[in-house]
Amino acid sequence: MTIELKKLTKRFGSLTAVEAIDLDVGDGEVLCLLGPSGCGKTTTLRMVAGLEYASEGDVFLQGKRVNDLAPRDRNVAMSFQFYALYPSLSVAENLAFPLHGEGLSKSEINARVQRISDTLQLGGILNRTPGQLAEGEKQRVAVGRSIIRDPNCFLFDEPLSRLDVQLREEMRGEIKEVLQDLSKPTVIVTHDQLEALTMADRIAVMRDGRIEQVDTPHNVFQRPSNLFVAGFIGTPQMNLIPATFTALHGDDTAEFAVEGGQTLTVVVDPAIKTLAPGAKVTLGIRPRNLEISTEPVADGLSTRIDIVEPMGAETLAHMNDGHHDLRLVTDWRVPLTEGEQAHTRFPPGTTHIFTEDEQVLRTP
Amino acid sequence: MARKYREIGKAGWGYTAITTVVGLIYFFPVLWIILTAFKTRTDALAVPPKLFFTPTFDNFVSVFYRSSITTGTSQATDMALYFFNSIFIAGVSVTAALIVGTLAAYAFSRYPLRGNDTYLFIILTTRMLPPIVVIIPIFLMFRLSGLAGSYWGIILLYTAFNIPFSVWLVKSFFDELNPEIEDAARMDGASERRVFFRFCIPQILAGLSATFVFGLILTWNEFLFALLLTGVETRTVPVAMARTMGGEVGVDYGLLAAIVTLFLIPIFFVTFLLQNQLLRGVTFGTVKK
Repeated sequence: MTIELKKLTKRFGSLTAVEAIDLDVGDGEVLCLLGPSGCGKTTTLRMVAGLEYASEGDVFLQGKRVNDLAPRDRNVAMSFQFYALYPSLSVAENLAFPLHGEGLSKSEINARVQRISDTLQLGGILNRTPGQLAEGEKQRVAVGRSIIRDPNCFLFDEPLSRLDVQLREEMRGEIKEVLQDLSKPTVIVTHDQLEALTMADRIAVMRDGRIEQVDTPHNVFQRPSNLFVAGFIGTPQMNLIPATFTALHGDDTAEFAVEGGQTLTVVVDPAIKTLAPGAKVTLGIRPRNLEISTEPVADGLSTRIDIVEPMGAETLAHMNDGHHDLRLVTDWRVPLTEGEQAHTRFPPGTTHIFTEDEQVLRTP
Repeated sequence: MARKYREIGKAGWGYTAITTVVGLIYFFPVLWIILTAFKTRTDALAVPPKLFFTPTFDNFVSVFYRSSITTGTSQATDMALYFFNSIFIAGVSVTAALIVGTLAAYAFSRYPLRGNDTYLFIILTTRMLPPIVVIIPIFLMFRLSGLAGSYWGIILLYTAFNIPFSVWLVKSFFDELNPEIEDAARMDGASERRVFFRFCIPQILAGLSATFVFGLILTWNEFLFALLLTGVETRTVPVAMARTMGGEVGVDYGLLAAIVTLFLIPIFFVTFLLQNQLLRGVTFGTVKK
């Protein structure tokens, strides 16, 4: 365990920005802090960096408590959202700057700058100043500057947020490649779930200063532990339908009543047994799991198609049964007509159940 | 009928002409002074004013060498000393105010006090006071402390008067900077001192130049305090200028114009030297992001 946060808390006056966070990041692991704006993810990162004092709790780097160390004594490399390149220095000087404290000779410094510039293809721009660089080049230099040293860990604050879509995709791959070679603990802060899902080994989803779930990208998506994570991860957003649990048939076939009088009988997680009939729940199903049926079925809801949005290979349909909005994604070849009746089907095992306290109901 | 509208990005000749006329009206007093400096006494007083005349440098010579009315012998005036005084006093006090102001501004910007805005407001109020309000107590303080008439006295006063202005202006430049750069430097091993000198200061050089020039102009032109608080040895040009008026021969317009023309040169020179920085300085926050 090389980055370890224990009950880490940050308060700004009466506002608690980060509340008692526990988190471990192992060697070579890439952890993404993912959450909406203002959820405390950047503050958490800055506490690891030493740019903010922790109000409570501890930060351990390589097993050593660093709460009282200044940023420069923590040996942490950080890349900033707005790149934070030194405007008065050239690209080469920017890259070399972190090395000045390391007591290296001039030729060693030059060799390292050369190596980084080869890795990130900065050869042609070494003598320019940051003001003369394009966004993508600035990003490369910022990444280069953070990996030129041999720090305990790497921190990235919204590394791709300023790039356009195409560059973002390109840089995502590049950063991932670079990070794999480094095998250091890395924390990436992002509000872009695609970025988190593609780059992270594990994702910590944050809301209002707390961690809602820490898990692999796959599990965060497939097995959200609560309503917030379910709604936050995945585009289009998961369909969340308030319902009442009415009866259980057999082991795992549950019957639910939704507003508007329709009932829904679906195969769900066996943990449903623990619920008493009459319990209020929220049903969650991904738009890509929903299926279209020609006939009304017991394990589905009948709706009307409001809007059809072609997305290329797939089509997104916004549907409404008079009380709930449903989103459905299906193959582009499936004919969907706005204003027509459509019957949906909830395939077995794809429906998540969230109890009234917003936690998921699932056998571990 | 299609509505006519003005093409954006172009002004017509008419507007350019109007602006030129207004500009000339503004510049006319300066032109008059500079022309008068090269005129003989008769030319200077001629009605209607002469636009074409034989220029003479007599006025400039008599700024520094003048024949005494009583003895008739030519002797050096103290004007050279007064010019030195003006340059020395304004230069030292504006530089000192800029240094103190920059340090204070950085502190106010990066390490805000409890009630930071209140402090800044109080600092600003000292600038809002008409000088005449405080001139009597300050005069008494200077008399009692023996600072009246000394270089240090007037430099201290001008420094104190320039600091609020410097703090406010420079703070706004620091506020505009991206704090991430400072954080990055800290992460990369820079000490706080290095962060300040190596990364903050170079980014606001234009702003510092603008602050310096504004302060310099204010101090250079200051008359009231200079009149009361400088002595014979430390007199500045504005005071000396006022003292050349009147006397036995009436107002010597040529001489006065020559002094004023010389008085213009240093400011003109500094402004010209820093003009690129100045433009960037005064438009700092507006175009940077």
